[in-house]
Amino acid sequence: MGAGHAHTLHHVGDSPVHRLPAHVKIVAAFLMVIAVVATPREAFWVFGAHLALLVGIWVTARIPVAAIAARSLIEAPFVALAVLLPFFATGPRTEFLGLSLSVDGLLAGWNILVKGTLGVLISVTLGMTTPVRDLLAGLARLRVPGMVTTIATLMVRYLEVIAAEARRMRLARVARGHDPRFLWQIGPTVRGVGTLFLRSYERGERVHLAMLARGYTGSMPLLGVPTTGRRTWAVALAPAAAAVLFATAGYA
Amino acid sequence: MTPSLEVEGLAFAYPDGHQALFGVDLRIEQGERVALLGPNGAGKTTLVLHLNGVHRAGAGTVRVGGLEVAKPHLQEIRRRVGVVFQDPDDQLFMPTVGDDVAFGPANFGVTEPELSLRVKQALGAVGMGEHADRSPMHLSGGQRRRVALATVLACDPEILVLDEPSSNLDPVARRELAEVLLGLDRTMLMVTHDLPYALQLCPRSVVIDEGVVVADGPTRDLLADPAFLAAHRLELPFGFSV
Ligand SMILES: Nc1ncnc2c1ncn2[C@@H]1O[C@H](COP(=O)(O)OP(=O)(O)OP(=O)(O)O)[C@@H](O)[C@H]1O
Ligand SMILES: [Mg+2]
Repeated sequence: MGAGHAHTLHHVGDSPVHRLPAHVKIVAAFLMVIAVVATPREAFWVFGAHLALLVGIWVTARIPVAAIAARSLIEAPFVALAVLLPFFATGPRTEFLGLSLSVDGLLAGWNILVKGTLGVLISVTLGMTTPVRDLLAGLARLRVPGMVTTIATLMVRYLEVIAAEARRMRLARVARGHDPRFLWQIGPTVRGVGTLFLRSYERGERVHLAMLARGYTGSMPLLGVPTTGRRTWAVALAPAAAAVLFATAGYA
Repeated sequence: MTPSLEVEGLAFAYPDGHQALFGVDLRIEQGERVALLGPNGAGKTTLVLHLNGVHRAGAGTVRVGGLEVAKPHLQEIRRRVGVVFQDPDDQLFMPTVGDDVAFGPANFGVTEPELSLRVKQALGAVGMGEHADRSPMHLSGGQRRRVALATVLACDPEILVLDEPSSNLDPVARRELAEVLLGLDRTMLMVTHDLPYALQLCPRSVVIDEGVVVADGPTRDLLADPAFLAAHRLELPFGFSV
């Protein structure tokens, strides 16, 4: 029963970046995103500097660019929006290859595109170098409200429960000769979805009861050793600090 | 001395109306090891889930060390009574084995470095020390059962309640589990269909059938009565005699 292959975001590795404590990385990533968002959209060179910082992190973490690109595809809708903006926005217009484009729209599109891309790249970098469980523990350590981390933890678990339940039910059908190759044989599969929901719900209930039995009162306990040295913080925050400096320089 | 567990006139019906317990009486003294026997559907699991307040008595009372199982004392009751569920998949839910074992003691206020020590000892006791960083979902059925047991051992409860602990275990794991349990020196209630296991571990047995206690006495005497065993769908394995 192999659930848990859903966390494909994480890229297993053993680099200085991978080894940093999760909560430290979350803070660093958050600061970098703020710096990127705060950068004035006309300060083009600053975005290049942000990207250079990220490339530096990727080299240190030894994660291949192809893997990053594959995981950044979720950004596609934003790219589409950014490309369309110059055509539809109002205000002063400019001519490009015979097309009339809005200058404001161009800048707005660029703004969304570059900040969105950098934001996604930062998040993907965090996700690739930190396992889900560490991210959750990191959030808890940063005193993100218990309810949020509990829900996130349970979501990860329930995804596994549902996937495992679905796999068991499919095996049970196939083992009894069900071979859904033709459309008219899809009935059992469809009925299975309803059963799957019910079974996942009931199992979820029992998992919850078992959690109560072990003293669960509604918030996840903090697990792991929480000592993080000043040096670790300094190392992890260096790129974020650089990003903030660049952003500030962009206003000069 | 106050008994470890005291069940009086316990009756219970599931929300769908199915009545599973019809007035159960049971008293277990401190340090006793008792086997809970009975056919499928007798109400064993239902009874067990009353001992830590997962089910609330429809009628009757349950007391743990003199403390009634009721809302205001639930956390204290659950600290005292550790229940290993029948299905390990209900028990295990954290992303790694180590986190799952740490979950219970952390809820009861155990902190580092004691917490890591407890996890290590509990996993060591069930021979799963090397698997702390794996996902429980990726373990075999017997390995999951052992981890489920470790999650409760780590809580260090006064009373250990086990719902069919030996099912799915290979013969060596089954014997090693017996050694672990014998070494614990706790009050213990063990649900099982494995009669030789009951004989090995528990001097006393309680048999329930159709929601009532039908026998309570020395395990050896109960198992030596073929007519009684047959009447309650109990059977010694082939070639086994007491
Ligand atoms: N969630 C439920 N809803 C309704 N009825 C239930 C539920 N769980 C169990 N029952 C019924 O209650 C009765 C007692 O069930 P219980 O699980 O306690 O049996 P058991 O003695 O543990 O059996 P087994 O040896 O098979 O584990 C059975 O008739 C069962 O069908
Ligand atoms: Mg049962």
